[in-house]
Amino acid sequence: MANVSISVDGTRYSDDVPPRTLLVHYLRDQLGKVGTVVGCDTGNCGACTVLMTDPDGVARSVKSCSVLAVQADGRQVTTVEGLGGDHPVQRAFHEQHALQCGFCTPGMVMAAVDLLSEVEDPTDTQIREGLEGNLCRCTGYVNIARAVKSAAAEMRSAASVPEQAAPAETAPAESGVAA
Amino acid sequence: MIPAAFDYVRPTTVDEAVAALAQAGDDAKVLAGGQSLLPVLRLRLAEPAVLVDLGNIGELRGIRADGDGLVIGAMTTHGELAALGEKAPLLAQAAETVGDRQVRHRGTLGGSLSHADPAGDLPTVAVALDAQLVLAGPGGRRTVPASEFFVDLFTTALQSDEIVVEVRFPSLAGWGTHYTKVNRTAQAWATVAVAAAVRRENGTIAEARVALTNMGPTPVRATAVEQALAGQGPDAIEGAAAHAAEGASPSDDSSASAEYRTHLVKVLTRRALTAACAG
Amino acid sequence: MTTAEVGRARLRKEDSRLLRGRTKWTDNITVPGLLHLAILRSPHAHAKISRVDVSAALDRPNVVAAFSGADVAETQGVLACAWPVTEDIVLPTYTPLAVTEVRHVGEPVAVVVARDRASAVDALEAIEVDYETLPVVLDLEGALAEGADLVHADKGTNKCYTWVFDSAVAGSGSDVAAAAGEAEVTIQRRYIQQRLIPSFMEPRSVIVEPGGPNGETTVYSATQIPHVMRFLLAATTGTPEHKIRVIAPDVGGGFGGKLAVTPEEWIAFAAAHRVGRPVKFTETRSESMVSAHHGRDLIQDLTLYARRDGTVTGLDVKLIANMGAYLGIVTPGVPLLGAFMYNGIYKFPAYRFECTGVFTNTTKTDAYRGAGRPEATYAIERIMDELAAEVGLDPMEVRRRNWISHEEFPFTTVAGLEYDSGNYEAATDKAMSLLGYDELRAEQEQRRSAGDKVQLGIGISTYTEMCGLAPSRILGALRYGAGGWESASVRVLPTGKVEVVTGSSPHGQGHETAWSQIVADQLGVPFEDVEVLHGDTRTAVKGMDTYGSRSLSVGGVALAMACQKVRDKAAKVAAHMLEASPDDIEFSDGAFRVRGTPDVTKSIADVALAVFAAHDLPDGIEPTLDSEATFDPTTFSFPHGTHLCAVEVDTETGETAIRRYACVDDVGTVINPLIVEGQVHGGVAQGIAQALYEEARYDADGNLLTASFADYTIPSAADLPDIHSDRTETPATSNPLGVKGVGEAGTIAATPAVVNAIVDALRPFGVNDVPMPCTPERVWRAIQAAAPTQAAAPTDTAAPAEAAAPAEAVAPTEAAGPAVPGSPHGVTGEGEVEQ
Repeated sequence: MANVSISVDGTRYSDDVPPRTLLVHYLRDQLGKVGTVVGCDTGNCGACTVLMTDPDGVARSVKSCSVLAVQADGRQVTTVEGLGGDHPVQRAFHEQHALQCGFCTPGMVMAAVDLLSEVEDPTDTQIREGLEGNLCRCTGYVNIARAVKSAAAEMRSAASVPEQAAPAETAPAESGVAA
Repeated sequence: MIPAAFDYVRPTTVDEAVAALAQAGDDAKVLAGGQSLLPVLRLRLAEPAVLVDLGNIGELRGIRADGDGLVIGAMTTHGELAALGEKAPLLAQAAETVGDRQVRHRGTLGGSLSHADPAGDLPTVAVALDAQLVLAGPGGRRTVPASEFFVDLFTTALQSDEIVVEVRFPSLAGWGTHYTKVNRTAQAWATVAVAAAVRRENGTIAEARVALTNMGPTPVRATAVEQALAGQGPDAIEGAAAHAAEGASPSDDSSASAEYRTHLVKVLTRRALTAACAG
Repeated sequence: MTTAEVGRARLRKEDSRLLRGRTKWTDNITVPGLLHLAILRSPHAHAKISRVDVSAALDRPNVVAAFSGADVAETQGVLACAWPVTEDIVLPTYTPLAVTEVRHVGEPVAVVVARDRASAVDALEAIEVDYETLPVVLDLEGALAEGADLVHADKGTNKCYTWVFDSAVAGSGSDVAAAAGEAEVTIQRRYIQQRLIPSFMEPRSVIVEPGGPNGETTVYSATQIPHVMRFLLAATTGTPEHKIRVIAPDVGGGFGGKLAVTPEEWIAFAAAHRVGRPVKFTETRSESMVSAHHGRDLIQDLTLYARRDGTVTGLDVKLIANMGAYLGIVTPGVPLLGAFMYNGIYKFPAYRFECTGVFTNTTKTDAYRGAGRPEATYAIERIMDELAAEVGLDPMEVRRRNWISHEEFPFTTVAGLEYDSGNYEAATDKAMSLLGYDELRAEQEQRRSAGDKVQLGIGISTYTEMCGLAPSRILGALRYGAGGWESASVRVLPTGKVEVVTGSSPHGQGHETAWSQIVADQLGVPFEDVEVLHGDTRTAVKGMDTYGSRSLSVGGVALAMACQKVRDKAAKVAAHMLEASPDDIEFSDGAFRVRGTPDVTKSIADVALAVFAAHDLPDGIEPTLDSEATFDPTTFSFPHGTHLCAVEVDTETGETAIRRYACVDDVGTVINPLIVEGQVHGGVAQGIAQALYEEARYDADGNLLTASFADYTIPSAADLPDIHSDRTETPATSNPLGVKGVGEAGTIAATPAVVNAIVDALRPFGVNDVPMPCTPERVWRAIQAAAPTQAAAPTDTAAPAEAAAPAEAVAPTEAAGPAVPGSPHGVTGEGEVEQ
């Protein structure tokens, strides 16, 4: 057993884990963070994507199936459940119908959050290449690309007017989701 | 899906890491970024008794200038290499093509070179740039040139109790460089890739470096191409590129046949050299 | 009834929990005392099992039980094929755990039940199995040959069935043999529909929880078919149907791949009852690749007979279809679902179809998005392009000369189906404009003249498909074991909220949203006030589940029928409340009104409250508005469309890039345009993937080489283009909603659009086929293998394409790339004639 101390979605957890425990299994089985899922066993599908701080403390997207829990010791992890539910990327995915079955969605959202943290105004090519590590079988990616573009625009305009109140709800009136 | 059980060692110095490897004998695996190792463990294609994690060894990180060149710590990630940009353009461009963003955030230079996958991009760049790898073992440190480091398929000059500490890349300031790659899908390993670097003098190509990915069990220096170009103008590229497959031994595998690879490498060599000359 | 909701781009109710990760995937679910299964699978494609010894596994830590097929032979049941397509079909015995013989790599052989998954997986290594390998059957034509090794020795043959449709015999057309005799042009082609793997993103998972309060067993499963599963579990395991509850919680995609009763589900059922505790099995992706059923895998031999003017006089289709080692729930019938579609949108006078199913030592095939119809559409749309090339006509013109014009609907085809409505001309015109067809043709011309290394091609796919599975009588006539109806029930609660129960079982299609829209209009209630329940056989007690693009055109219609019944009941009460005669009551703009006094209204909510209190109801009225309806369609529905794909082919490397993809689909009345467009996008992506990226391959020993997402390359966003999609809307006349279904249409249409585009780009080089997937190497080889164009008269018979043959490849001059003819047009009749 190895002792790990990992901050996940703002809470610090301390556990003894078998070293072979994958971060994704630690999140799901030990912490009940079932929003992060496992879709493959070769690190291709990206459904398990979370943010994890690197040795310099910068949060970066990682495939939690390809990280051991012991490698996350002392780091901060953010899963889809730590986004707050109303992150511009989550809102944009909803407004652009960028999810169907939803299984790839947590990983896709986290990968998009990571992309936008580095590239504020991505081109369509940059979006598609930036998401090449996340497979979706339902959407054909068209609406996902639209959602990332839309979220980027919203995040840029929010960043450029820091003193104002949060930007007006841009979603069309059709929302089927309780706020 | 779930790896077989293993013991886990987390050294904080190079010496501790080497000692742990020496103690475990042949039954240990080194954990760097884990992007190649974790899938292997999950599929139980390997069941090492001990994993030695290099992730907490400060000496293995960092990039520093050394004379004209760069010395890059083995645990530098592909993402950090890609961010070098113009400071190491060939390396940065090749690193940018590895896997995807998540893989690049974790996968490392040292891990990639040590793994020595014939379809790997960084081994090719190391060979093209005549990089020098500094290895650490129980007997101390030694430097191995990239041209001698890659021995065979997934086999390097590393002993089982050695690790890569850092890699010295000489500067190719003023050279034009380009890395071009064909793969089946964006995430996939290279079918074939070409690293090209040219030093131009008065409109001619004074010197060229051409190295090939996945044209044999180890990276291939296309020396016939390099020789055909030396002292020639850019119009010699087409003729020189025709020699790209000489000395290579591409395989037939599920991605492509040797015959197609032999054809493709000539086209890609021509294109990479043309782009390098224009850059 | 209003129409405020139908047609509206409502955002989805499903999204909230999916975006927040508060999901109920089966693997997310846990119950007290849950144990975990691991399955030992055969490493051999064909072998006798002489011994299985699990005793060492039982000694491992945390192991509760371990057993082999022999241990559960009496209780594990059998896996049923629900579609024995012919009377003399060969039906192999198919047990969940192999007992004496394994017939494909990955077949389950033994099981460990343990406290946690890691312990279960670890214990597998301790199980000993003695195998005696047997000859492996892989080649389809070889399997049918005299003296071939057998997959099922006890059956004496590898031939599963032969099924024939002949328009002359059926009376829906004339005799193909006669057409052959008179043909001015004969085109023969062999196409290979490569084996695909559905690759839903959520790996399959099942939990079986025995010993419920009434002795019932609850099964949670990532399935498309909870109702069918319940029925078949009861029918095959001896557990009474009323003691089985099946729940499909959140299900992460299916695409037909979860239209299955799986060995793992049956194994988990047996294991749970054996140990008397709840058990869970979640597959790894590697297991999924070898155990979840595969799709397609056909050899198609086509012969098209036509006149010089491009009008088709007959079509002959012969298929050899790979069943795999066993028959899944609809395995033998999948190619036959395409039987009625090879004539496509065209007025062919004569048609014959023959399909032979063959066993091999591979994973079984079964439904995968389109199930038979993509294969058919591929064949006909490819061969129409070949016809165009042969007779020197523009490929769109050849289609126009053969297709059903919109004034001719309803039209009964040579396959005996009556297409109710459509407008191929309108969809095509719109698609050509959306693509920028004329400009791209001009650019194609320029590039040809210039001898550009990168050539442009335009591919056409004008399709229709038959969906809305299916009229039960037709299913019966085709010998399918179940019906094709769907069921819905509607309850109006006293506070005016509406609970809808649907027999459909969505796994990404947005039924909760679309059904809410339908009910909102039908009953005049707010969209937010409708709750859609599904997937749990205790709640949604009746249904035929989701596949075959049936949920809306069958399930949605049942829903509308149930709403009508609610309105009829409510009208009587409303009349009483409004003190009017029921004959004077109308339901308009979401409320009941007395004709002539529109301002006095009663809403459904008002009526529901009155019914709840029942203080003053008319005589003879039951105090309820709740209604249910079951709809059995009388015909299939026929969405159609035109898909156009422009590609750039790098003739030096063989790489293909999609320059622009435009499609216009007609799915009848649209309930939710966002959902429709999303289904088209996703369907097209899978169709493109078949054309360019995917193939499931075996080695000579029957090992699946493409057993992970590293090797089975499904595309990412970086590998696919933007998709420009639009619609025409020609309502179906076969149901009151006018809907046609859309779930599979994109996939059915897209593959031939892409391949036709590649071939179109390369025709001047003498290429007339590239086998799928059209990898760079295959494109390059096609160019090498084709002779440079000669100035020769077109022949009457074109030989089948042998584009994959490398041996005679003409090596291009290395520096200059492959030879490019200087002339802009193909100088033979094989080239395109630009209009």
